[in-house]
Amino acid sequence: MARQPEGPPPPPTVQKLRIRYAKRGRLRFASHRDLARALERALRRAQVPMAFSAGFSPHPKISYLGAAPTGSASEAEYLEIGLARRCDPEAVRAALDAALPVDIAVLEAVEAAEGTGSLADRIDTSVWRLELPGLGLAELQSAVASFLARDVVTVAKRTKNGLKDIDARPAVASASAAEEAGCAILHMVVRQGTPAVRPDDVLAALAAVADLRPPSPPRAVRVAQGRLDDTGTVADPLGPDRMASTRCQGEPATV
Amino acid sequence: MTAELRTTAGQSLYPRLEPLLAQVQKPIQYVGGELNAQLKPWETADVHWALMYPDAYEVGLPNQGLMILYEVLNERPDVLAERTYAVWPDLAALMREHGVGQFTVDGHRAVRDFDVLGVSFATELGYTNLLEALDLAGIPMHVVDRDESHPVVVAGGHAAFNPEPVADFVDCAVLGDGEQAVGDITDVVKAWKAQGRPGGREELLARLARVDGVYVPRFYAVTYGPDGTIAAVTRTRDDVPERVGKRTVMDLDEWPYPKTPLVPLAESVHERMSVEIFRGCTRGCRFCQAGMITRPVRERTITGIGSMVEQGLKATGYEEVGLLSLSSADHSEIGQVAKELADRYEGTNTGLSLPSTRVDAFNVTLANELSRNGRRSGLTFAPEGGSERIRRVINKTVSKEDLVRTVTTAYANGWTQVKLYFMCGLPTETDEDVLEIAELAVEVIRAGREASGRKDIRCTVSIGGFVPKPHTPFQWAAQASAETIDHRLRVLRQAINADRRIGRSIGLRYHDGKPGVIEGLLSRGDRRVGRVIERVWREGGKFDGWSEHFSFGRWTQAAAEELAAFGVDLDWYTTRERTEHEILPWDHLDSGLDKEWLWDDWQDAISEEEVADCRWTPCYDCGVCPTMGTEIQIGPTGRSLLPLTVV
Repeated sequence: MARQPEGPPPPPTVQKLRIRYAKRGRLRFASHRDLARALERALRRAQVPMAFSAGFSPHPKISYLGAAPTGSASEAEYLEIGLARRCDPEAVRAALDAALPVDIAVLEAVEAAEGTGSLADRIDTSVWRLELPGLGLAELQSAVASFLARDVVTVAKRTKNGLKDIDARPAVASASAAEEAGCAILHMVVRQGTPAVRPDDVLAALAAVADLRPPSPPRAVRVAQGRLDDTGTVADPLGPDRMASTRCQGEPATV
Repeated sequence: MTAELRTTAGQSLYPRLEPLLAQVQKPIQYVGGELNAQLKPWETADVHWALMYPDAYEVGLPNQGLMILYEVLNERPDVLAERTYAVWPDLAALMREHGVGQFTVDGHRAVRDFDVLGVSFATELGYTNLLEALDLAGIPMHVVDRDESHPVVVAGGHAAFNPEPVADFVDCAVLGDGEQAVGDITDVVKAWKAQGRPGGREELLARLARVDGVYVPRFYAVTYGPDGTIAAVTRTRDDVPERVGKRTVMDLDEWPYPKTPLVPLAESVHERMSVEIFRGCTRGCRFCQAGMITRPVRERTITGIGSMVEQGLKATGYEEVGLLSLSSADHSEIGQVAKELADRYEGTNTGLSLPSTRVDAFNVTLANELSRNGRRSGLTFAPEGGSERIRRVINKTVSKEDLVRTVTTAYANGWTQVKLYFMCGLPTETDEDVLEIAELAVEVIRAGREASGRKDIRCTVSIGGFVPKPHTPFQWAAQASAETIDHRLRVLRQAINADRRIGRSIGLRYHDGKPGVIEGLLSRGDRRVGRVIERVWREGGKFDGWSEHFSFGRWTQAAAEELAAFGVDLDWYTTRERTEHEILPWDHLDSGLDKEWLWDDWQDAISEEEVADCRWTPCYDCGVCPTMGTEIQIGPTGRSLLPLTVV
């Protein structure tokens, strides 16, 4: 028979919060694992009453949704936490934000509304903004145009099992070039899927179709995530929960 | 290195570093910004310290010594202290290509701009990383080539008790506890700068040489005799001490550091916070340099421990606290500390742990208590020697029966993994001593299965080659050759695997004998070994503590070629037994231990005679307390931990 830890089982989850956070500045170099550790420690420092899994090594109930790659900044990372005691989402947001390094900002927290479906089902697309210092706008515009004109753009992607060829074109729903403060900017909307197409893969595709070679490494920011609709709009994944909470206010409690 | 673009002192290199970070592995280790990191404006400080741990960030960040000094220094308003770590070869190549110098992770300032570069050597295998950092920083590698504009390179840590192999590269070494020494060094540097740097670097170093515990190698000349041994070590100035004594911090409760431990974003080797519950150890294990050079025992009180644990957890959010020391179960109030901390953190998913402990049934009870709130997975004991005979030689006596009984008790209490630490290549050791490890492991598994009624218990035997260290009774001993070590490990592995039904429950983790030989060369080396270190670095050697970077061939070839001119070789430094009156390279560095006592203890080792701990038996005159003006500071205090106020 499997051994059981002594004592009562941990208290159940009574409330789920969905949280949007940003990684900025130097912390864009943090990997998903780095961020997860930082978040879990911050939850403890902020004394958020986390629900824990049962067993000999109880883990706080946190689930992360697809993380931005190491080296990319993001304004739209999402996670869901289970609490053992009901709390005011805004109080949790503020406490968690205060407990994290400045370059990780907790932007929104909403209570997960019953019957509105999972958060993962509301995210299938990323909106990216890439700064390409040292590159001319015209050069970028023409590369983007050649890329969009193709049906297939094969690039080699580094995977655990070595280099693998993938088609970077179908995942890119839209792309455009702009300029801000003298720096060329690439805006794009990219569907999440398998194989994952990341900003680096699109840049490799631009190099393949137009020999576009940025003189210094680009800075990528994930601006938003959500579900892409037929009009090309990416919907706020916390929208349904926010709608539900304005109809039915949860009991506020302090953290 | 390539011409570095010179910048204003203290200016951040980050804008030039950032594009390089996108191209390297684990860039997070170079960006700083850890929780509890400190960043001060450059101009507010009179003295700027760069503190280096000469290994990868993941190993260096959790280092307690560096964390303590970082806080102690930064508490002074006139000091700014930042951290720097060894840079992996991928980034180092890019830094050279783009002219970015060795930088601190706090302010990304050039190490070259600091007044002092303090380097903590926990192991000698970090020496090549020091040379790499100096080169990347644009600091002349050799002490003699530096001028008053260059940082003073200060070595600390246990390896600094014999800094002779790096005497060409470090300006000074601090012996012993650093908490007060760094303040004294700061005062000297500050005054010298304020006076307009009179007398240049020579004068600054001469002033530093008069600070208690600071050794400046350049003021001591070493001559050698025809047989290769040291003929004499003499002062070249009469205003520096003949022998340099170590520093000792008394009353640990007055030094509750680190108060706000650093919490890295990157993964590190210790995902927990540590509280040092006492410093020093007088168990008298003859192989243990740490136990010999950190005497006497100074305990933190139970209330001091309690408040450090509480403040540290609040400041970090860690879920595990390690109660650190050289032999934590020996704290005079450890039972009460364990119980009261476990009571305090009941229901908070906070784990408490001890590092490896002596083999003692009491330690199982302790571990049970500490694991009440967390996991009960693995327990580690350190018998160190395989046979009762060899355990008498090393003065770590425990009978085979007691050992088996203790480990069995652990299994019976629900611990499923027991790890046992051993050494091989100990003085007087034979194959039979090592083979007893296999017998022991088999017996432990047999008895453990019976006592626990479970088949899935495991015992991991972790074994490494012994390296004789300075300032220990074994400083005269012949080190076992790599061949001897590898042979003994081979016969041990065969013996463990002889009975598969038991053997499959026993894991064997070991390191081959080669790195130990190089560690041996660097541990007991003299100034001539500096040439070998430099040669190895020039040929690409760095990260020698990492098996994927360590090259035994590069070291042996460099040793053969560089040492030949002196008529000595690698074996001369390692497998040669020293005679009683040979002048050892570190004899002018005073750990407080009386050399005659060390010799007598070495003779006692050979005749398998034990010595008791002076904490609970009379003083055996090792020499430390009277020489250093210190005393044993232990409890019990009779105090207890107050319950915390509910938040």
